[in-house]
Amino acid sequence: MTIKDQTIFEKSRDGRRAFAQSPVDEAPVDLPESMLRTDRPLLPEASELQVVRHFTRLSQKNFAIDTHFYPLGSCTMKYNPKACNTLAMLPEFIGRHPLGPTSHGQGFLTCMYELQDMLKDVTGMQGVSLTPMAGAQGELAGVAMIRAYHDARGDTDRREVLVPDAAHGTNPATANMCGCIVKELPTGPEGDVDIDALKQAVGPQTAGIMLTNPSTLGVFEHNIPAIEKIVHDAGGLLYYDGANLNAILGKVRPGDMGFDVIHMNLHKTFSTPHGGGGPGSGAIGVGERLLPFMPIPVVGKREEAGKAHYHWLEEEDFPQSIGRLSGFMGNAGVLLRAYIYMRMVGRDGMRRIAEYATLNANYLQARLRDEGFELAFPTRRASHEFIITLKHEARDFELTAMDVAKALLDKNYHAPTTYFPLMVPECLLIEPTETESKETLDGFVDAMVEIARDARENGVKYKEAPYTMPVRRLDDVKAARELDVRYVAPEDDAA
Amino acid sequence: MPFNPHTPKDTAEMLKAIGADSIEDLFDEIPEHLKIESLDGVPEALTEMEVTRLMHDRARMDGTPQCFIGAGAYEHHIPAAVWSVTTRGEFYSAYTPYQAEASQGTLQTIYEYQTMITGLTGLDVSNASLYDGASGLAEAALMAVRANRKVKSRKVLLAPGVNPTYQKVATAICGSQGLTFDYLPMNQQQGTLDFDALDDDAAPVAVVIQQPTFVGTLEEVDRLVDWAHERKALVIAIANPTSLALLKAPGHWGEQGADICIGEGQPLGVPLSSGGPYFGYMTCKQAYVRQMPGRIVGCTTDLDGNKGYTLTLQAREQHIRRTKATSNICTNQGLMVTAATIYMSLLGYDGLRRVAAQSLSNTQKLVDGLVSIPGIEKTFTAPHFHEAAVRLDRPVAEVLDALSSVGILGGYDLSGIYPELGNTLLVCATETKTDADLRAYVDAMRDIFRRSNARSA
Repeated sequence: MTIKDQTIFEKSRDGRRAFAQSPVDEAPVDLPESMLRTDRPLLPEASELQVVRHFTRLSQKNFAIDTHFYPLGSCTMKYNPKACNTLAMLPEFIGRHPLGPTSHGQGFLTCMYELQDMLKDVTGMQGVSLTPMAGAQGELAGVAMIRAYHDARGDTDRREVLVPDAAHGTNPATANMCGCIVKELPTGPEGDVDIDALKQAVGPQTAGIMLTNPSTLGVFEHNIPAIEKIVHDAGGLLYYDGANLNAILGKVRPGDMGFDVIHMNLHKTFSTPHGGGGPGSGAIGVGERLLPFMPIPVVGKREEAGKAHYHWLEEEDFPQSIGRLSGFMGNAGVLLRAYIYMRMVGRDGMRRIAEYATLNANYLQARLRDEGFELAFPTRRASHEFIITLKHEARDFELTAMDVAKALLDKNYHAPTTYFPLMVPECLLIEPTETESKETLDGFVDAMVEIARDARENGVKYKEAPYTMPVRRLDDVKAARELDVRYVAPEDDAA
Repeated sequence: MPFNPHTPKDTAEMLKAIGADSIEDLFDEIPEHLKIESLDGVPEALTEMEVTRLMHDRARMDGTPQCFIGAGAYEHHIPAAVWSVTTRGEFYSAYTPYQAEASQGTLQTIYEYQTMITGLTGLDVSNASLYDGASGLAEAALMAVRANRKVKSRKVLLAPGVNPTYQKVATAICGSQGLTFDYLPMNQQQGTLDFDALDDDAAPVAVVIQQPTFVGTLEEVDRLVDWAHERKALVIAIANPTSLALLKAPGHWGEQGADICIGEGQPLGVPLSSGGPYFGYMTCKQAYVRQMPGRIVGCTTDLDGNKGYTLTLQAREQHIRRTKATSNICTNQGLMVTAATIYMSLLGYDGLRRVAAQSLSNTQKLVDGLVSIPGIEKTFTAPHFHEAAVRLDRPVAEVLDALSSVGILGGYDLSGIYPELGNTLLVCATETKTDADLRAYVDAMRDIFRRSNARSA
């Protein structure tokens, strides 16, 4: 094993330390012996340079938006403007204690209040709570509010949540976590919800429906006015999964479509970083009916001596709230980044985001179709993303979606989302986002064409791709069977 | 303006390839009556220069007061290298490592994190993080219910030192699944569990023990863990990771050790930042790994037999199991874990111990100074860690206001949550405070007491 492949623990040497980073002397500890630790936990012993070099080198083993085209469908991997990070990390912002008085937080709170207002406007909702810490937590808040709304009216039998079969896995998992029963709705051949099935499914047991629009199939739900009427007439509420909000920003609003509650993924639509798997931010918006049930805290504004004063609205302001979802107020620093992004994009820019995201997706879809790839929904416009199916390639020359994904890595493109939605065989869900150039999209098409041609004409198999990454294809079965989830030093191994 | 690169020529060529006349044509599947013209609630765009000016102005409004508040979020020195490396685009702008071969940096970092946090907590396995400590309790309780099928109850008992916000959050998240979270009684002299008042007939599914407690004291954890295990309950520990440099690891509490440990990871290199983003850590005994929520990274081999890292045991997760998943969690707090891993690597065990010992010592000095003021006394007799409660002879709120007007955030007012304790203030002085800072706080407090005493005399 070369040094570059070592873990930080193998680079450790007893007695080494980044001396500048902790107090010079160790203060005496006057605590009962029985409460103190006697073992020495495995933490690295390394110099500052070693640590910096180790993690810098690790970072270089990643694909990222800053280095690669990352057309991961449903994830909206757009450019994260640098100013958003730099300004959110001003010392006053990162130094502010969450329980500090609002007199020492008017700057931060002003931003949060204005963010609530902007998000209300872009979604067409009546109220916004910023506290959910990721999309899935926003979903949880949404379903919990729907439940609380029915319960508050004494309508306590409404426990069924309708979810299209193409939905994100978080939708059914969330409904289940909220103590609801999930009922799946089939999708029609054009990618829309099957209206007849919906009519059959609704009733006095219906709490609501969870929809993504444009859907996870990359198409705008044609029948949204009909769906809205059927569900509302049955006494249910409509939940909007904001994963695909980027597609419609400034063009059409969930509130105007009749949705009662929405969660937004600020790390998608409003360009806060994905960070290798978080932090996200799942702010929720609600219509009139769900306002009293919003999760707290929410930022309020009052006039004091002719001056605006921003403050927290808590239990006493929202006695029917579904409660608190985080230790403080959610992912505040992420919210600041989203605020800065929205201020830079501005009113007209919002619409242009949806327009150019849609232009890029439709262009890429047209180019791939013209090159012989099969679209999952050939009669439909793409939204900000679209699906191709490799079922013929898989059958005729053993080129699966997984193979294409891995082969793309060798051509320096991150793979699209694979095998989701589950209903489309051998699918790639492709979302280019508005921040990619025509040249990048053309380069991606060339790569796709090359991969397919080599498989078709030259019999190239990609079963063992990738070849050029830091590692080759990994043994997932072994990872699960011979679970190795922490480093164990050799001497401990023997013991 | 959006950050898109399209020239008019690009747009024209792209529309031609699509076979559309205009961008608007691409939206022709959206019912016309639903479309909007403009967003009046969003201001006009700012340039980066303008938004920089705006944000500096806003930041200035918040100022940089001296902070002596803890109560679940702690100010520590963060080495410059932590965020300088963490915000590299390769970490910052990557996504969940679903394509393992192109995500080895993030995956190996998480594997190293899992190693460090299991070591600190004395348990076997860790996940890749949860949202924060508070929501971590909800996930741990749901996990305990799945893992402890022998006990039919959905009742979770909380030691009195469990952060009251954690109880609220856990109730909000798991209440609809029938879980309840009730507190065990506190001995108000000691500030820890009242063992004499324990109900020996209790049969909870889990007992939750926070160490150090929310009010800063140290609980007799060994005794309580054994009490819980005798009742077939699982033990969920909540521990401040900094404190674990000095205190006994939860995996070693009592005869058998805690079963699950969670906590707020923020003290490990994550800035206070108004409450987030932080990260929740979670570790457990090997036996419960399949009940764990969230992502887990495992080490395996590639086709050439070389070592590599990948997400593992994904059959627990929502994108595979849907309604049967262990949790709905998807995105977690990856970037914060990266920061914490770099932080722990830079400090090492010896550095972290110095930070913990200095914080403990500074808080002791602060408390000694404060109780030398007539009208202030210690609230509890139990030993404390880097946070401690003092009782004032007047309402806490007015004292905090007066301190804040001289740039000192004097602590967290406990009198709202625990009115039975009187005018109690929770103070915290981490290693970031110098002797001069501590003196300045004590002097300001003495001044406030003297002035208002003079007024009322």
